[in-house]
Amino acid sequence: MTVESTAARTPRRSAGSKAGTTGTKRTTRTPAKKDAKSTEPQLVQLLTPEGKRVKNAEYDKYVAGITPEELRGLYRDMVLTRRFDAEATSLQRQGELGLWASLLGQEAAQIGSGRATRDDDYVFPTYREHGVAWCRGVDPANLLGMFRGVNNGGWDPNSNNFQLYTIVIGSQTLHATGYAMGVAKDGADSAVIAYFGDGASSQGDVAESFTFSAVYNAPVVFFCQNNQWAISEPTEKQSRVPIYQRAQGFGFPGVRVDGNDVLGVLAVTRWALERARTGEGPTLVEAFTYRMGAHTTSDDPTRYRGDEERQAWEAKDPILRLRRYLEASNHADEGFFAELETESEALGKRVREAVRSMPDPDHFAIFENAYADGHALVDEERAQFAAYQASFADEGGN
Amino acid sequence: MADKMALAKAINESLRHALESDPKVLIMGEDVGKLGGVFRVTDGLQKDFGESRVIDTPLAESGIVGTAIGLALRGYRPVVEIQFDGFVFPAYDQIVTQLAKMHARSLGKVKLPVVVRIPYGGGIGAVEHHSESPESLFAHVAGLKVVSPSNASDAYWMMQQAIQSDDPVIFFEPKRRYWDKGEVNAEAIPGPLHKAQVVREGTDLTLAAYGPMVKLCQEVADAAAEEGKNLEVLDLRSVSPLDFDSIQASVEKTRRLVVVHEAPVFFGSGAEIAARITERCFYHLEAPVLRVGGYHAPYPPARLEEEYLPNLDRVLDAVDRSLAY
Repeated sequence: MTVESTAARTPRRSAGSKAGTTGTKRTTRTPAKKDAKSTEPQLVQLLTPEGKRVKNAEYDKYVAGITPEELRGLYRDMVLTRRFDAEATSLQRQGELGLWASLLGQEAAQIGSGRATRDDDYVFPTYREHGVAWCRGVDPANLLGMFRGVNNGGWDPNSNNFQLYTIVIGSQTLHATGYAMGVAKDGADSAVIAYFGDGASSQGDVAESFTFSAVYNAPVVFFCQNNQWAISEPTEKQSRVPIYQRAQGFGFPGVRVDGNDVLGVLAVTRWALERARTGEGPTLVEAFTYRMGAHTTSDDPTRYRGDEERQAWEAKDPILRLRRYLEASNHADEGFFAELETESEALGKRVREAVRSMPDPDHFAIFENAYADGHALVDEERAQFAAYQASFADEGGN
Repeated sequence: MADKMALAKAINESLRHALESDPKVLIMGEDVGKLGGVFRVTDGLQKDFGESRVIDTPLAESGIVGTAIGLALRGYRPVVEIQFDGFVFPAYDQIVTQLAKMHARSLGKVKLPVVVRIPYGGGIGAVEHHSESPESLFAHVAGLKVVSPSNASDAYWMMQQAIQSDDPVIFFEPKRRYWDKGEVNAEAIPGPLHKAQVVREGTDLTLAAYGPMVKLCQEVADAAAEEGKNLEVLDLRSVSPLDFDSIQASVEKTRRLVVVHEAPVFFGSGAEIAARITERCFYHLEAPVLRVGGYHAPYPPARLEEEYLPNLDRVLDAVDRSLAY
């Protein structure tokens, strides 16, 4: 690939100076400069990486009444989620899971948004929303069945209003939109939140979900975790403008929030959900964050990105920054952190044991639930399979 | 009370009945509202049931099916219209990876009672992408049910049953038969949705078809009768599941089978029928199972479609070949 071609297509702030060197018509056009200004990303941030609380006239009110206890709760959620995530990565390395998609680095984006939801809201996740699942009360061990290969999801979406993980990228944004259309038809004031990533933002389904939700004014929040990487492809391979700005073209607001700032994410998501509840329609929230780990345990990020980038993002760690804030404001003492450490280890142990004792599914599970009302061919093939299996028993019980 | 009505009108009446009897039933699709659909199948429904239940959608098929899935998750029973057969493919991903699999993925906790209506098949002199028969592409997918009525009465009742099904149903409507009239008895007790029906009894050979080709097969049987051949015609009605028991019963009697569909023969439903019936009826068959259908070429321009589609002579030719064994 040529660097020139990339530079020519991507309007960056530096495009003007680069244009001078390449000398092509396209890059020297003056409107490009104007575009660059209008696409200057604005970031909502309530907690700096140093853990300093900064004022925000627009969003402060959404976290104005937050108590030290609630802040400690957010911290606890993030620590336990990270611990669970690390345990799952270890379990994959030990051969107990076939695959794991780590959320490392995205704890604030997930806990902040997940804790903004109400019980009657409905969540449509991708396959990486372990922190949101935690907030919804889904047992972490339940998330591991599909990664161990004993089922393809399996939890009851309606017991926590948390849909099954969706692997095909972006599909769930349409389901969320349809669900939200149903909520509106029912006259309920619940909201729906659809998670997706920067890579998914290129999918037609995501664009269609923006169209449908806008046209029907559906009470849905599109929560994009821009973790900078879609496996090996950086966000600039997905979009020429900051992702949150896409909303404008569809006729609803988009906001970029510091995805490593749990307080900022909580505030912005509360605002967006409130809009949904009060009939204001859809909102796009882009949580600007970073995938600290590999795409999945099968991925090798050293092939496509340098360690300096990761180190730069480590300084913006979501857990570290809230800890700094809690300590500086005396909202948490050493006892709290020590207790959490113990709780964290207990969670790891519980998850480890749950996975190791997870039974393989019955062979006939292949045929179960293929249809709700049954299907003659499935019945026939199940019977053939049963006869085949039984033939081994006839030969002496092997 | 039996009324005579066109097949399209029978579906319209069926949808009307469903909208009346279950407030969760929704109609969705492009132009299904004021216009009543390009074939007028949903004519008058939006006027009587409102825009909240008969929904004109943006022109985005994946969006139509994807949002229908979401509505079904919320407890609704959407009946979506894909305007033409060749336009379903933007929605194919949502149908195959989501609609078909969510019940299994959730271990049975999620049900998706979605009906996808697709006017299909040729013979109306249309432009490209308006005459295709993609039923095998859906029958190949576990989790979907695929049906196609051949007459007004079946269209009425099969639509009722498809809407009541807790499984997603791909409902292929034979668009060239939309205007064919037949008796519809809205008080009758219909047979099971996935059961084939013998529409003409015979002894010499079985013609099996569904949707638009049933009428052709009846005409073939008439023509063959003039030559002293007594053909049985089986209306399969359902492509997934296929009613192999009924086909087997017929073939055990006639010992010969010709399958007719508009879809290409290669990997078509006739191939599956031939394989399974050969296995089930090996000792009864006097001739190999023969198939008549479209060729392995893109659906041709309208001026050539009569050559491409099975017609009376092509089916009779297959009948003669079978009887000659």
